[in-house]
Amino acid sequence: MFTTEYDVIVVGAGHAGSEAAAAAANMGSKTLLITMNLQNIAQMSCNPAMGGIAKGQIVREIDALGGYSGIVTDNSAIQFKMLNKSKGPAMWSPRAQSDRMRFAEEWRLMLERTESLDFYQEMVRGLIIEGGKIKGVKTSLGLEIRSKTVVLTNGTFLNGLIHIGDKNFGGGRAGEKAATGITEELVALGFESGRMKTGTPPRVDGRSLDYSKMIIQPGDEHPDKFSYLKATKPLKEQRACHMTYTSPEVHDLLREGFDRSPMFNGRIKSIGPRYCPSIEDKINRFADKDRHQLFVEPEGWNTVEVYVNGFSTSLPEDVQFKALKSVAGFENVKFFRPGYAIEYDYFPPTQLKHTLETKIVDGLFFAGQINGTTGYEEAASQGLMAGINAALKVQERDEFILKRNEAYIGVLIDDLITKGTEEPYRMFTSRAEYRTLLRQDNADFRLTPVGYELGLASEERLRAMEDKKQKSEAFIQFFRETSVKPEEINPILEEKKSSTVKQQDKMFKIFARPNISMDDMRKVASVSEYISEHDLNKDVLEQTEVQVKYAGYINKEKSNADKLNNLERVKIPADFEYDGLTNLSMEARQKLSKIRPVNLSQASRISGVSPSDISVMLVYLNR
Amino acid sequence: MIPNDTIVALATPSGAGAISVIRVSGKEAISICEPLFKSIRNKKLTKQKSHTIHLGHIVDENRYLDEVLVSVFKGPHSYTGENTIEISCHGSVYIQQQIIQLLLRNGCRNANAGEFTLRAFLNGKLDLSQAEAVADLIASDSEASHQLAMQQMRGGFSNEIKNLREELLNFASLIELELDFAEEDVEFADRTQFKTLVERIQFVLKRLIDSFAVGNVIKNGIPVAIVGEPNVGKSTLLNALLNEERAIVSDIAGTTRDTIEDELIIDGIGFRFIDTAGIRDTKDVVESIGIQKTFEKIEQAQVVIYLIDSLQLTDEHLTLLKTEIGKIKNKYPQKPLIIVANKIDKLASSHIEQLQAEIENIHLLSAKENIGVDSLKEKLVSFVNTGALRNNETIITNTRHYDALLKALEEIDKVHYGLEAGLSGDLMAIDIRQALFHFGEITGEITTDDLLGNIFANFCIGK
Repeated sequence: MFTTEYDVIVVGAGHAGSEAAAAAANMGSKTLLITMNLQNIAQMSCNPAMGGIAKGQIVREIDALGGYSGIVTDNSAIQFKMLNKSKGPAMWSPRAQSDRMRFAEEWRLMLERTESLDFYQEMVRGLIIEGGKIKGVKTSLGLEIRSKTVVLTNGTFLNGLIHIGDKNFGGGRAGEKAATGITEELVALGFESGRMKTGTPPRVDGRSLDYSKMIIQPGDEHPDKFSYLKATKPLKEQRACHMTYTSPEVHDLLREGFDRSPMFNGRIKSIGPRYCPSIEDKINRFADKDRHQLFVEPEGWNTVEVYVNGFSTSLPEDVQFKALKSVAGFENVKFFRPGYAIEYDYFPPTQLKHTLETKIVDGLFFAGQINGTTGYEEAASQGLMAGINAALKVQERDEFILKRNEAYIGVLIDDLITKGTEEPYRMFTSRAEYRTLLRQDNADFRLTPVGYELGLASEERLRAMEDKKQKSEAFIQFFRETSVKPEEINPILEEKKSSTVKQQDKMFKIFARPNISMDDMRKVASVSEYISEHDLNKDVLEQTEVQVKYAGYINKEKSNADKLNNLERVKIPADFEYDGLTNLSMEARQKLSKIRPVNLSQASRISGVSPSDISVMLVYLNR
Repeated sequence: MIPNDTIVALATPSGAGAISVIRVSGKEAISICEPLFKSIRNKKLTKQKSHTIHLGHIVDENRYLDEVLVSVFKGPHSYTGENTIEISCHGSVYIQQQIIQLLLRNGCRNANAGEFTLRAFLNGKLDLSQAEAVADLIASDSEASHQLAMQQMRGGFSNEIKNLREELLNFASLIELELDFAEEDVEFADRTQFKTLVERIQFVLKRLIDSFAVGNVIKNGIPVAIVGEPNVGKSTLLNALLNEERAIVSDIAGTTRDTIEDELIIDGIGFRFIDTAGIRDTKDVVESIGIQKTFEKIEQAQVVIYLIDSLQLTDEHLTLLKTEIGKIKNKYPQKPLIIVANKIDKLASSHIEQLQAEIENIHLLSAKENIGVDSLKEKLVSFVNTGALRNNETIITNTRHYDALLKALEEIDKVHYGLEAGLSGDLMAIDIRQALFHFGEITGEITTDDLLGNIFANFCIGK
């Protein structure tokens, strides 16, 4: 059935697999996407939403590079919010509620429209490896499909084990089989594997809920969108979410089931994410809190299915049901399905290179939860990077690596391969040293040029970026050069309780004041004339505002980042011998030989490597 | 990586030697020193030729700190290959610190261990065979030096620094909390709370900086632990060592100390005897051999004197002692260890020979009769002269901490301004992180993982 050799085979079609397949195929690689069930491409296994703080920035980065997640999200969104709008621009974070079924459909249709991408439905149960190099995959039917590279994106499917109360059964997701064979084969090859845990809340029938007892949570009045492309449009209509609270009574009911909770009776031993705790974990660890928020999120435009965000649980289904019934608005609740916890295999990501290629098997790439991460956005971005690098490897081109000061994606991958992770890894803005540089408004400036060079971002994308850049730069220059008279600006300043000026001054200085916004500046005649004359759109105005108001901070972070680049330029040869270097601490030697950092900057981020170890390395590397 | 900042450090061993040399190296070395040096002939340092020496005073605004000789070396014709100034000043710890602190405030950075040599190497001034030696030097300034530094601080200061860091970390966590977890149902600190916290941090930082500036914080001298069983004569030995030296100790210019009795200077080098109060009060010492307690003392010391009572030695006891000495050597192979047999005046010469045969390099002494006390002092001094000890540790610690605190305060002042101006947390976080980084220079490292860990431990996060 498969006679030709593929360039790239992607195993798994979740968020990571779908982005990987799209990227590789769009870069001209002959690509095959294999998944256990082609009806389940790009499932939102957990909450029906994309983006959020730090994650929204990642989606924008994926889009800027030419990935699909942003477009798919825009086309299937039912609600949009820009979070953290009251904070500085580095914190503005787009988030969308999605129509789960349309999201998956959009993805499938976009993949089907992608040239040189083939599909096949079957379970991959083994890899073909010859002389330390990947040569293809083996399926459960015994087929051998040859390829130059393979990207594994197995999600929670590797030896997945689902827990509900004291029951457990194999499965990769509710109602889907687990995948077996791959972990065992990789461990035999010398890979280290571990177990992680995650959970999901019950889904319920929206018709059984009383929304009048809840607080309505509408989307933004003027919704934005994810993709930088003009092809997608902001929502005209939106669906609201709702919020309600648990109560002491609910907590008591949940506690009754603790003795049957796999979390507490020791049945689940693996580590779950601390920032996404189950409801039982929350009431156990924070016993003094007498209520917790629950977000009631519709699963789509038309479906009645509702996602109960905040109620992730693996307690017995009867306990889940009884407790949820005591929540305001849920008195008559009908379950679609109970919440559950799932344990699955992952491979500590310190076994990877920055390209997400494994150090052990040449041509084999890992992306997504298999690397110990959590979240659609984290998975999708890794898939994109693995797909890009697999294609580059086949084409014998230079690898593609994003630095920590270039993208959250760079922070994510560098953290994973340098520090590893003890719990499912999720992105936070605080993980980035230079978050003021990594904003959602400038992901296109940062990444579209490289995306275009890779052959991934379209010409149209590049032109749109250049246009925005050129226009905003010119507008900033206008503020630098143009003065405003006191009689014109002072009424505006008085209104904002900002101190007035005595003589005419450059507008840049006034605009840079903390409480003065673009809306205020637009009241100056010359500004509004400039805007209409140059036909400046919302994106240009936003970009200009950010760059004027935060210039000092942006420049400070830039110069801090440049210092880091000093160490980045000191490369460490791949075969560097640490063993003989008795001047390095024992711990540093062990960690460095294991992780094998590519430059001194990466080495300095490994825990247990001290500044003096770095200086010692500097001496040896200058030899 | 070519460093582009200017570094300063003491180039000669600290202590009360007659002359000390402070070395400044870097692109700005000469221009930083110029306004701080008042030549007796009104010469400008930047106008001077390389390899020239000038007499004058180091002045801090209008205050004369010391009369000095300043040598000018222009890169690449200097030890480091960079512009270099060497200030030869009088050998008082107080004066050295004042001059170094002045340089720090004017744009220099404290040199790390071996950094002059590292720069010399990077600038191609050293040959390849010297690289090993440079690496050795740097490696000796490891994590342990942070610990040592904290231990050198007097009484409450090290605790105060730890607490301050803790508070800063909490503050940073509170800021990060409202950034990364804005959507969560947790109570965020309001701006007034933040302001109170920042002002407290400012206050404590300023007080600490003042204390560092007058040299109150650091205990001077190389820490020496005298260990041994109870009643072997530790206090007698200490008294014998201290006896005629006390007067000199109290003579050090400008140093203010609460107690001086445990510090003494031998041949211009300061030594400090650790935890001697405990040692003197024999009731305080555990009655067993108490290896654990012994280790704790050794941990804090750079030199160990292991004292035994030669009169009490039975064969069985001797075996026990040898095991214990073996343990110490095993655990601290780098630390100079002197085994001293006390009360030898009462010992028959045949026993002395036996003792010398049993324990290698044993030092014979009678504290009471003052036998072997001087040679013990000579031994202590020889460790410094042969390079087994670095005795400018304290001055490095002191100025390094001063530098770090100064920079931390600068950042905290910016945060304070940010709070007043109503800045968003993500922008203030830039300065707070920088402040935490400077604290890390005193206490060890801090990563963003600490912040997240702190948040998860204290707040109920997550949907």
